[in-house]
Amino acid sequence: MNEQVNVIDLNAYFGHIHVLKGINIAIEQKQVTAIIGPSGCGKSTFIRCINRLHEVVPSARLSGEVFLDGKNIYAPDVDPIEIRHRVGMVFQRPNPFPVLSIYDNVAAGLKLNGVRKRGQLDGIVEESLKMAALWDEVKDKLGASGVSLSGGQQQRLCIARALAVKPEIILFDEPCSALDPISTGKIEELIFRLKQDYTIIIVTHNMQQAARVSDRAAFFLLGELIEFDRTEMMFEAPADKRTEDYITGRFG
Amino acid sequence: MRRFKEFIIEKLVFLSGILVILFVCLIFVFLLKEGLSFFKDVKLSAFLLGKYWYPISEPPRFGILPLILGSLFVTLGAVLFAVPLSIGAAFYVAEIAPARIRDFLKTGIEILASIPSVVLGFVGMITLVPWIKAIFHVPTGLTALAGSIMLGFMAMPTIISISEDAITAVPRQYKEGSIALGATRWQTMYRVTIHAAKPGIIAACMLGVGRVIGETMAVMMITGNAAVIPRTFLQPVRTLTATIAAEMGEVVHGSAHYHALFSIGIILFLITFMINITADFFLHRVRTK
Repeated sequence: MNEQVNVIDLNAYFGHIHVLKGINIAIEQKQVTAIIGPSGCGKSTFIRCINRLHEVVPSARLSGEVFLDGKNIYAPDVDPIEIRHRVGMVFQRPNPFPVLSIYDNVAAGLKLNGVRKRGQLDGIVEESLKMAALWDEVKDKLGASGVSLSGGQQQRLCIARALAVKPEIILFDEPCSALDPISTGKIEELIFRLKQDYTIIIVTHNMQQAARVSDRAAFFLLGELIEFDRTEMMFEAPADKRTEDYITGRFG
Repeated sequence: MRRFKEFIIEKLVFLSGILVILFVCLIFVFLLKEGLSFFKDVKLSAFLLGKYWYPISEPPRFGILPLILGSLFVTLGAVLFAVPLSIGAAFYVAEIAPARIRDFLKTGIEILASIPSVVLGFVGMITLVPWIKAIFHVPTGLTALAGSIMLGFMAMPTIISISEDAITAVPRQYKEGSIALGATRWQTMYRVTIHAAKPGIIAACMLGVGRVIGETMAVMMITGNAAVIPRTFLQPVRTLTATIAAEMGEVVHGSAHYHALFSIGIILFLITFMINITADFFLHRVRTK
């Protein structure tokens, strides 16, 4: 197996609060890795370190190294913009750009990259919406506002937006926590299909979801990585007592 | 006894509320009464579109077009000067400035808001006016340009603080969505944040314009007060407000000139009223979103 993301001794802070404590983890290519753990354990902060979004928040700091295909993304010569093109992200609440149409939402990232040719844009927009399983629902109203869609559709629009720039990795930060069960099912199905082409890291609160979609799972607690293993191993025979307690619902 | 006290207080509070409305209505009625009788002698079109304001010549001429254009010139100039600067400042304060600089700037903006307009007019008169005269080689520095710049300063605190609120209120998830897609901070600002904050920014500008149109003291001091139709910003102009303030003291009570000044008051009232309604419309849109 190829290790695509290799995190070495990662520490993250907000002001004086130490949010991630010495994380070491290797994430494999074209697999779904679930990050689980109770609220406030640093799950979201962890994935935000992989696309260098952590540093956008004032007062946020970090130390350590994150290797993407063997290259430390925190090396001084690395442009964070380039990293964010390679590592896409889907957020907890659907956040299509206000005022922009469905089409323009998907095309937004391409336009940032300087793609301007209408024909090329049309092709990628259609392809991305199809991959995000949204094309059939919106193909007749691509000019409609992105925020006019339902919550589940908006989230798939955000996935299409992330796919359009052709990233290698997609980060999902609790993508279903604001959605109903049917929309959740669609997103999970989508994640399952996307892993053929992409490396996926998903933060989730939902144990069943982690069990359903992920190949590997990492359990975080109070900023530390407690256990990282194949998902079925973790759910059937957790090595650490704390993991077991969490998975069986004794806390969190 | 306690119930009686409650009753009295309740009624008193109710009364204060009603009184405010009543005062507004009374002022408006008074304005209409004094102003409308003017139109028995002069046609509305002659008043609004007349090119000459010679209220004390024989026969008097009451055309306020030069005054309307004077107000418009000064306001337009102030907007051109203040709006880009204020929006830039609002973005800097809301998005870029580190906490310490932000606090410092916000205090500065509040101080700018608290300078009495007569002081701004005075400062403009002894600094800006001679500069304009020297730089543009015009016979007098008392021009629409001088008025525009000083009024721009007066509008800036309003525009900055309301725009800044609107920008800060843009949900973080929109900005992060854009940054995560590989947009720079600048691209995020002009592609996402400014669109999401647009209604608030427009409202801020409208309120700034409202302040500029109603302002009297500073414009009277530094615009030269010549009631002629302006062609450039380097000419003296006279605004609607300055006309009322300058002439009300000497007008013969009950004369046509007296009523004409009230009519100007009505026009001003209508303009500011419309501007405030528009601003309110946009602010309301922000809140209901």
